[in-house]
Amino acid sequence: MQKLINWVDERLPIVDAWNKHLAKYYAPKNFNFWYFFGSLAMLVLVNQLVTGIWLTMSYNPSGDGAFASVEYIMRDVEWGWLLRYLHSTGASAFFAVVYLHMFRGLMYGSYQKPRELIWIFGMLIYLVLMAEAFMGYLLPWGQMSYWGAQVIVNLFGAIPVIGADLALWIRGDYLISGITLNRFFALHVVALPIVLLGLVVLHILALHEVGSNNPDGIDIKKNKDENGIPKDGIPFHPYYSVHDLLGVAVFFFIFFVVVFFFPEMGGLFLEKPNFQPANPLQTPAHIAPVWYFTPFYAMLRAVTVDFIGLPAKFWGVVVMGGAIAVLFVLPWLDRSPVRSIRYKGWLSRIALAIFAVSFVILGYLGLVPATEGRTTVAQILTVLYFLYFFLMPFYTRMEKTKPVPERVTG
Amino acid sequence: MRKLILGLVFAILPAIGLAAGGAVPLDHMEPDHTNKESLQRGAALFTNYCMGCHSMEYARYKRVADDTGIPVELYEENLIFTGAKIGELMKISMNKDMAAGWFGAPPPDLTLETRLRGESWVYSYLRGFYKDESRPLGVNNVVFDKVGMPHVMVGMQGLCAVEPNIGVKASVEPLSGNVTNADVCPEYAEEGSMTGQEFDQAMWDLTNFMSYMGDPVKVERERLGVFVLIFVAIFFVVAYLLNREYWKDVH
Repeated sequence: MQKLINWVDERLPIVDAWNKHLAKYYAPKNFNFWYFFGSLAMLVLVNQLVTGIWLTMSYNPSGDGAFASVEYIMRDVEWGWLLRYLHSTGASAFFAVVYLHMFRGLMYGSYQKPRELIWIFGMLIYLVLMAEAFMGYLLPWGQMSYWGAQVIVNLFGAIPVIGADLALWIRGDYLISGITLNRFFALHVVALPIVLLGLVVLHILALHEVGSNNPDGIDIKKNKDENGIPKDGIPFHPYYSVHDLLGVAVFFFIFFVVVFFFPEMGGLFLEKPNFQPANPLQTPAHIAPVWYFTPFYAMLRAVTVDFIGLPAKFWGVVVMGGAIAVLFVLPWLDRSPVRSIRYKGWLSRIALAIFAVSFVILGYLGLVPATEGRTTVAQILTVLYFLYFFLMPFYTRMEKTKPVPERVTG
Repeated sequence: MRKLILGLVFAILPAIGLAAGGAVPLDHMEPDHTNKESLQRGAALFTNYCMGCHSMEYARYKRVADDTGIPVELYEENLIFTGAKIGELMKISMNKDMAAGWFGAPPPDLTLETRLRGESWVYSYLRGFYKDESRPLGVNNVVFDKVGMPHVMVGMQGLCAVEPNIGVKASVEPLSGNVTNADVCPEYAEEGSMTGQEFDQAMWDLTNFMSYMGDPVKVERERLGVFVLIFVAIFFVVAYLLNREYWKDVH
C-alpha cells in the first residue's frame, strides 16, 4: 500500500494535498454548532449529484413526456421514489443549510479581511445554486413548474428596451414550452453543476489559503508554537472529520424524517399544484415560488409605484437583484475593528437580529397571497433589509466594541 | 444569540402551517393505505363508476392488483374493461377532444387527484352533489360550484334535494338521543340504494383508494423510514463516542 502511495506521490502530489487540506490543515479548536453547515452543504451537494445522475437515467426532457416520466420514476423505477424524494428534499435542504452557513458568516464576520474572496466565491455559489434550483424546478413540468418559470422569465421582460427580446431569448419561444424545458434541462444537469463544482473548489482553496475564521473572530495564526503550528489550531482530520460526522448524523435524522414521512412538507417542498401537468391555458389561482426564493419574491412584489417613467415591475426586479447584489460588497461595508458578533457592540447585534427576522418574515410573506396590509409590511421589511447593509459602514464604526481576547475562548 | 435562534424558529412556524387553504368547509378524511379491504372496495368502485371517463394513466393495473391483494386473474376478469393487459397503464378509451365537447373540459386524469386537492376535498366532493335544475346536468356540488360532472353515483346515494351539510359534524342530542347530521343530505329528491352512512363508507373507500393511487409507496416508505431512522440514531451514538474519544486530548 505504502509503495503504491509512493509511486503515485512521485507523479501526483497526493500526500501533499492530503496534508495541506486535511491532516495538517489547522482549524481553530473552538468551532461551534454553526460550523457544521459548510460540510453539510458538501454532503447535500453530493446527494444532489448522485441522485440527479440516476434521475436523468429515467427522466424524459420533453413537453409531452416529462410529467409522465416523473410519475414513471415514482412508480415503476426500482427505488425511483426514493431517488426523487432525496433529490427534491435535498434541494430544500441545500438552501436551508446554505442560509444557515451564510448567517454564520454574518455573525462571526467571516467575510472580513482577509476572507473577502471566500465570501465572494460563496455568493457566486449561492447565485448559481438559485439558477440551478430554478431550472430544476421546471423539469417535473407540473403547473407550478410551468407558471413559476413563466413568472420569473417574464421578470426579464421588465427591463426597458431589451427586456422583451431577452425574455424571448431565454425561453427560446413565445411562451414557456418544450424548447425551454430542453434548454433548462441541459443547463440544470450539465452546465450549472460544472460551474458549481468549480466554484466550490475555489471557495475551499481560498479558505485553506487564509485559514478558517472562528466564533471569536480572532486570528489563530498569531499565536504559534515552536513548530509553527497555531496553539489554538487542531488538524482538520481527524478532529473535525469525526466532529462533522455528528452533524451529519443529526442532519440525516431530520432529512430522512422529511424524505420518508413528509416528502411534500405540507406543500412547501413539493407544491400541490405541481401534481397537475403543465397547462399553458390554465393559470393556477395562486402562484408562489418555492420557499427558498420567497424572501426575494416578497421584495419584488413590495415595489408598487412607477418611478421616472419606468413601471413598478422593473423597480421590483431592481430591488430583488439589489438585495442579492448588495451581499457581494458586504466585506467592504463592515468597518468594525472586530469580526465576531461576540465583541461587536449592541448596534451590530440589533441590526443583525432585525435583518434576520426581516428576511424570515419576508420569506413568509412571499408564500402567501399579497394583501394591502401584507404589502405594507413587506415594504417596511424590505427597507430594513437594505438598511442593514447601507448603514453598516456607520454603525460598525460608531459603536463601542468589546476587547478581543488573545486566545480563543471555549 | 439563543433568543435569536428561537425567534427564527417561531417566525418560520406559521409558514409550515399554511399548507392547505380553501374557503369551503370540508369533511376530514384520514386515509389508511393498510386497510386492503377498503382499497379493494375502492378499486371496484373506481373501475365501475369513474373509469368510464377518468383515466389513471400513470399507474399500472398489476401494481394495483398486487398492492391491494386482488388476485391477478380476478382483476383481469372483473376490473379491466378496455382489453388492456395487466401490466399496462390504466388508460381509458374516451377521446379527450370529444370529451371536451361533451363536458366543457375533458375529465382529468385522477392518479394524483388526492395529492393535488387533498383527501378531505375528494371525500367531501364525492358526497357534495345536490339537485339544481339551473345547471345543464341538473346537479351542482357544494364543494365544486358549477361542476361539469354529472352525479354518477346517484343510484347509490340518491339525489339530494338541498345542499348537503358538508363540514358539519354529526351530533347526538343528550336528552332525546336523536342524532342530527348523521346523513350529509337532510332531504332527498330521489332515494338511492344505500343509506347515508353506507354511502359515506363507500365514498371513504373510494377516496382511500384514490389516495393510495396518488402515493402507492406510502406504506412501504414509512415502514422503511423507521429502520432508516433507527440506523441513523445508532450511527449517531457511534459517531458521538468516536468524537468524544478523539477530542479527549483537545483542551
